[in-house]
Amino acid sequence: MSAPPVILDVRNLELRFGGVKALSGVSMDVRRGEIFAIIGPNGAGKTSLLNSISGLYRPQVGEIAFTWPDQPAVSLLSRKPHQIAALGIARSFQNIELFRHMTVLENLMLGRHVHMRGNVLSCGLYWGRQQREEMKHREAVEDVIDFLEIESLRSKPVGTLAYGLQKRVELARALAIEPKLLLLDEPMAGMNVEEKEDMARFILDINEERGITTVLIEHDMGVVMDLSDRVAVLDFGKAIALGTPDAVKRDPDVVHAYLGEQHGELEAPGASE
Amino acid sequence: MESGVFFSDYRNDAALRKMPLQKIRIGLFVLAVVIFPFFASPFLLNLANQIAIATVGALGLNLLVGYTGQISLGQGAFMAVGAYAAGIFTVRFGLPFYLSIPLASLMAAAIGLLFGLPSLRLKGLYLAIATLAAQQIVEWIITHWTGLTGGTEALVVPAPELFGVRLNRDFNFYWIGVTVAGLSALFVANLVRSRVGRAFVAIRDQDIAASAIGVNVFQYKLLAFATSSFLVGLSGALIANYRTIVTWERFTIETSILYLAMIIIGGLGSVSGSFFGAVLITLLPAVINTIGRNFQDSAPAIAAILPFVQQATFGLIIILFLILEPEGLAKLWRNVKDYFRVWPFSY
Repeated sequence: MSAPPVILDVRNLELRFGGVKALSGVSMDVRRGEIFAIIGPNGAGKTSLLNSISGLYRPQVGEIAFTWPDQPAVSLLSRKPHQIAALGIARSFQNIELFRHMTVLENLMLGRHVHMRGNVLSCGLYWGRQQREEMKHREAVEDVIDFLEIESLRSKPVGTLAYGLQKRVELARALAIEPKLLLLDEPMAGMNVEEKEDMARFILDINEERGITTVLIEHDMGVVMDLSDRVAVLDFGKAIALGTPDAVKRDPDVVHAYLGEQHGELEAPGASE
Repeated sequence: MESGVFFSDYRNDAALRKMPLQKIRIGLFVLAVVIFPFFASPFLLNLANQIAIATVGALGLNLLVGYTGQISLGQGAFMAVGAYAAGIFTVRFGLPFYLSIPLASLMAAAIGLLFGLPSLRLKGLYLAIATLAAQQIVEWIITHWTGLTGGTEALVVPAPELFGVRLNRDFNFYWIGVTVAGLSALFVANLVRSRVGRAFVAIRDQDIAASAIGVNVFQYKLLAFATSSFLVGLSGALIANYRTIVTWERFTIETSILYLAMIIIGGLGSVSGSFFGAVLITLLPAVINTIGRNFQDSAPAIAAILPFVQQATFGLIIILFLILEPEGLAKLWRNVKDYFRVWPFSY
């Protein structure tokens, strides 16, 4: 079996904030259908990399190309976040960025925004075509609600939900876009073991049942090693390793980045942070 | 009241009024609105018309401030554009009111769009100052472009007529005012339950997440400015046709602040709140005046200070509201409804 095609190609990315280099010369490639993890110590530039991919940051040097079979490759660097979302790249945030005063349903309906056509007039009249459009996309949203098992939360304002559930709703909102590429920034941060297990199961299900390519940042090494097909390791803005979890775990540079000098193999995953 | 009501399709679940009780309530309200003018005195009719006009303006401002989260101090300016444009279209071009009012609203929308441009970069208080500039610029143009607006003199608008009936009479105007206010409320309610309105609220709650989910934030901010200004201009155009006299004093920064007070007291991000706020802010001075007249003979001293007390009372009520119920009259109304939801059972 030949390797699946590369859909996200990050080349020699450099991102500066004033004199501070958040990313220097980072390259990586994400293949279709895989779960790709980005790990690294705090401040390594993981979130900066994700923000660059989703258009929130503008790297000064380098290239990010998104390719989908039968479609020409597009450079993400010249595009705005909303255009990148329209390409089918959805994301979640490290600190939950939900629309707090809206219900779960409304948050998810926003995920359908790029697929809908309604304008001020048609929405203000809410008649005929517009009403049918709303109902059609409501069905797509209900699919996601079923998938992530949040039926009972449907009409609750997200601001009132527990932290773990908010994380799940944020994942649901990203899924409602029907993404080709899903970017998850620490989807399990601050969760207890049970919630982590749920979330890990959902990420696997999304990948296997829906075939969605997933890039995730995670600190829990156990989760990363179990879930991901390949791992990239960042340290001080540089990509120091890229490969299968097992290979990365044994990489001397990675061990050095996490544990400092004179240590053996990276042991007791999860305890390293 | 809600038990036993289930929905088997999404259309009913997304309806504006789902419960039988809600339908009865809105039906009773419409009935009251329809029979009201046949019993009301001219004084009450006049107040009702003011409320209808203010409701349209408050809905417009609420769309921008309450739903989209873009603070605006330019309400007076956008109303002025609507009022003067309606007057000028009628006076200069002889357009009938049913053409001049929509054209004037579109004009206000265009001006609103223009002054919405700073929202690309500015948020919160900074944007408020930028819209304050809009207020000053429009005021200056109105008072100085004498050839077009009449400057500081009043612009006299011929009374709107249809089939020989003068529509600016209190009773006749009531039907226009109420219809326009009702349709505006329906328009805003529909907007905020569908694609465009959701994008507005998303920008208010989390603009970065909104852009990451595919909302073109700048485009939708401008859209909010334009749509809001359309409604605000509409209320200005109604004033021009109702009063038949347009003066710039009616549309100063004080108006802007009064309308902000209206939507804060009524309830930010609430259609019914816009109406409640319009009712309260319109009725309050009238009530205080009426009390003053009653004191005229018995206690002239009290009556004499009432105009000053009116301002103070106004301020006091706003402060009390901000402390006691920051979410406004709409929240109070919601509390009442929530209480009766399971009544007479405790849960």
